[in-house]
Amino acid sequence: MSKVKSKPVLDRVETRSGKSKVGKIDIDYVARLANLPLTQKEKKTFEKQLKDVLSYISKLQGVDTEKIEPIGHITGLTNVTRDDATTPSISQDEALVNAPKTYNGFFEVEAIFEEV
Amino acid sequence: MIDTNKLTIKDTANLLSKKQIKAQELTEAFLDRAYKLNKKLNSFITITDEIAVSQAKKVDKLITDNQKLNSLAGIPIAFKDLFSTKGIRTTAGSKVLENYVPVYDATAVGRLKDTDAVIIGKTNLDAWGHGASGENSDFGSTLNPYDLIRVPGGSSSGSAVAVASGACLAATGTDTGGSIRFPAAFCNLVGLKPTYGRVSRYGIIAMASSLDSIGHITRTVYDNALILKVTAGSDDYDSTTSPKPVDDYTKDIDGGVKGIKIGLPKEYFESLDLGIREKIISAVKILEKLGAEVFDVSLPHTEYGVATYYIIQPSEVSSNLARYDGIRFGHTREKFGDEAKRRIILGTYTLSAGYYDAYYLKAMKVRRLIREDFEKVFKKVDVLICPTSPTPPFKLGEKITDPLSMYLADIFTVCPSLAGVPSLNLPCGFINNLPVGMQIVGPDFSEKLLYQVGYAYEAETKWYQKRPNLI
Repeated sequence: MSKVKSKPVLDRVETRSGKSKVGKIDIDYVARLANLPLTQKEKKTFEKQLKDVLSYISKLQGVDTEKIEPIGHITGLTNVTRDDATTPSISQDEALVNAPKTYNGFFEVEAIFEEV
Repeated sequence: MIDTNKLTIKDTANLLSKKQIKAQELTEAFLDRAYKLNKKLNSFITITDEIAVSQAKKVDKLITDNQKLNSLAGIPIAFKDLFSTKGIRTTAGSKVLENYVPVYDATAVGRLKDTDAVIIGKTNLDAWGHGASGENSDFGSTLNPYDLIRVPGGSSSGSAVAVASGACLAATGTDTGGSIRFPAAFCNLVGLKPTYGRVSRYGIIAMASSLDSIGHITRTVYDNALILKVTAGSDDYDSTTSPKPVDDYTKDIDGGVKGIKIGLPKEYFESLDLGIREKIISAVKILEKLGAEVFDVSLPHTEYGVATYYIIQPSEVSSNLARYDGIRFGHTREKFGDEAKRRIILGTYTLSAGYYDAYYLKAMKVRRLIREDFEKVFKKVDVLICPTSPTPPFKLGEKITDPLSMYLADIFTVCPSLAGVPSLNLPCGFINNLPVGMQIVGPDFSEKLLYQVGYAYEAETKWYQKRPNLI
């Protein structure tokens, strides 16, 4: 498997004071990834606010983690399993009770394929 | 007339079992208070009066028939509106779920219902648990009962205010980075963030799954221990719950602090507000007088707590909130409020291709260092004492337009969350009539010890008796 080369860590620009600043977030790209509709005004506000937050959290780059393993979870539990047996669960009717649109006992969704 | 503002669970259970009050009469007094004050404080999203009264009648019948009562029979409680309640609307404080009625109970809800506790309602919160002030609720801010122009702390804002204002005797909460301890500190209450995995997360709307801890808020330490006895323990529906046996948290709770080693982590006191510092140091002196030994200790990675937390948490938030698509339940994604949108964008960015290693992976490494700090320090001392909030309750509107300043309010609560260890907020006095809280933090599964220390301090100080003046 070929190793995918990752993008640079942060798009940094050096300011005159020598302090590094975080570059711009491509908010349209991120909003598309998150399937999140945003207004122009929201994009503008969030862009600024998120830049502040990113610039704050980038202080982690100062911690030496060269030999540190990431902590996946903190419980120390491993291989938690249960018997592979069916047990009573919610009914089909109950599963559908909060759905805005249903059809013949199923969730109804917008078509995702275009007709040719 | 029952004064709901003076009772504790312990007293109330006693009055009920000795037939000095009826559960229905008690429930109606609490419901009356909840309705009256909700206009002023906005602590409930839903008040469940019919359910409450029918539960109370059931308890009265058990009492009349001289049946043995379960531990919380007839005790009025409330659930943070992140807890799924079968047949009762569960909104997460968000317009996305304003019409969502779960078809099952969260494990913690089921366990509390099995004790015949009476459900007064579902409490307000920062939507999805996102916030330190309560102001991010899509159903309006909750107000601090000690000063109505100030925030009650969040995200379990309504739970804290419901208990502080006498609308119920206990309320559940969730604590991902401080959401139980923070409002408990701002409202003069006892709030427990248990060890991660001590209480089941099943059926509780997920915020950041590797951090979410399920706890509760009460007026006294004893009451808090009573609730944990019910909610704690492994659950087949949550594979991160621990198989460790549940302690009897109220047994020997009055055992005192003689010989207990308390550590004061210097990083938490370095540039602390002087008023808060003075309150916490006098609390430590009281514990010292009662026989505890006090040591200065260090948690060197403390300064990286908030940065680590604000990578891990929004990353997990963006993943957990991806399920809300308006197909199976709730509304579509444009109904998310500002803070949820901000966290989705931030988390999506930090998890996106090319940035994962620099942010999420890096944060998971620093998280290990933070956990190791706690592991090392608990080889020397039994518990730590430190502040809960860097400031007294702040004013409504003060931080809401500057998300980073709101995030920095979590500075003292996020490290125990990242480490997964339990932490108990205890009231430790007032500054200008505003409550101040402190945390007692212990190693994994040391809740019993935290209660024992808390009980000893509370017995000396009884801050819980100072109730807000509301009516």
